[in-house]
Amino acid sequence: MKEFVLLVYTSSHAIGIEKKLKNLGVPCKLSSIPRNLSSDCGICVRFDEIGLKTVEDLVKTLPFDIQEIVALES
Amino acid sequence: MTVIYMDNAATSWPKPAEVSAAMIKTMEEAGGNAGRGGHRFAVAAGEILYQVRETVAAFFGSDDPFRVTFTANATESINLILKGYLKQGDHVLVSPLEHNAVMRPLQFLSQQNIQWSVLPAGKDGRINPALIEPMIRQNTRLFVICHESNVNGVIQPLHEISEIAHSYQIPVLADCSQSAGSIPIAIDCEGIDFLAFTGHKSLLGPVGTGGIVWGSHVDVNQIFPLKQGGTGSASDRYVQPDFLPDKFESGTLNTVGLAGLKAGIDWINRNQQNLVYLKKGELFREFLNEIRSIRRVHVFCAEKIENQGFVFSLTIDGIDNGFAAQWLDEEKGILSRVGLHCAPLAHRFLHSFPAGTIRFAASPFTTSQDFEACIEAVKILAENTTTLH
Ligand SMILES: Cc1ncc(COP(=O)(O)O)c(C=O)c1O
Repeated sequence: MKEFVLLVYTSSHAIGIEKKLKNLGVPCKLSSIPRNLSSDCGICVRFDEIGLKTVEDLVKTLPFDIQEIVALES
Repeated sequence: MTVIYMDNAATSWPKPAEVSAAMIKTMEEAGGNAGRGGHRFAVAAGEILYQVRETVAAFFGSDDPFRVTFTANATESINLILKGYLKQGDHVLVSPLEHNAVMRPLQFLSQQNIQWSVLPAGKDGRINPALIEPMIRQNTRLFVICHESNVNGVIQPLHEISEIAHSYQIPVLADCSQSAGSIPIAIDCEGIDFLAFTGHKSLLGPVGTGGIVWGSHVDVNQIFPLKQGGTGSASDRYVQPDFLPDKFESGTLNTVGLAGLKAGIDWINRNQQNLVYLKKGELFREFLNEIRSIRRVHVFCAEKIENQGFVFSLTIDGIDNGFAAQWLDEEKGILSRVGLHCAPLAHRFLHSFPAGTIRFAASPFTTSQDFEACIEAVKILAENTTTLH
């Protein structure tokens, strides 16, 4: 299954989003950001395609902006 | 001699055992730097901070954990708002019972032609909402209200004050140093825009913790950060991030202390029925009434008992405050706080400047025996003012 990462501007947003997704039953995990995606030093949320719709819906309700959702090259 | 700690308005003691346990656990198991790097210790530290944010936000009735900004204490929180929000030529309205955490930054800001005036109040310093409107000037940009006085325990009518302030589009900074943890506070219901708290008093956390909770309608873009620096985010740029929580949180946070603060708040949440404002409320009122009935003792407290927090002060005719406090400590093991309590504005207003007062403040751990011992001791002092010297 295709994997995605959700990139945020600060690691605390990643932690908050991961918690919300887990509460919504979406399998996901915090992981280091693949270096080719960002020059930043924080973390991102990694999830499978199956969770994509829920993630996109959640993002619309957040009080802060996210960077982007990126499909990982397998 | 057992110690009877009545200086809880300075900092609470003892703390629940869970507070130090949480701090040790964090040091041992989450020793990374939150937000810096993606290894498990860094993430564990970040997760703890997020849990503290959730706990603090919920405690003050906010549903957004990122609307909590951590600082070292209420003084830093207040400095952040005053220096980050006010502009040259602004005018500020303050309560007559403000602490120097407010008055000193305001005095400093007077160099930028920022002026302040004191809101009209009753004899006990409780603001009279009916007299507020004529005080508002064209350039009034902020109300600063000490929610509960650290001198006489007066609780201000925050909700009524903020309704008036908001009708002029003026935000309210509430200094909740004393009230947070001993009086329930719902930020938006009270109409607080900037809620400044310190972790080490009634919230039962360790020193070095505090913060700001931002009201849900506050636009943080209008506030400049007090400091700039590393946040672990946007590290490719020199400019300070403009989003919460990083905008105001440069530098490594006190993860260990904040874990302790969460444990303190969790303890309060679990022990609602024991809280000072519930079970101890009655005891404290009796204590205050007993003290008030002692001859030669002048009590500084709220005119109406329903406006009284868990702090009050006193002086005793014919006896020096410093001597009395020392006698209480040495002879009775009672630790009170003598002096001006960093609140000269309040003491001037209450006519206890410059000698100050002797302050007593309870916590959830204060027992009825502690109150009784204090009553007995104050009686001895008041009855023997000539012989004790
Ligand atoms: C009313 C009030 N405001 C502000 C402060 C400052 O708190 P901190 O020293 O934790 O910054 C105190 C503490 O003494 C206080 O009682």
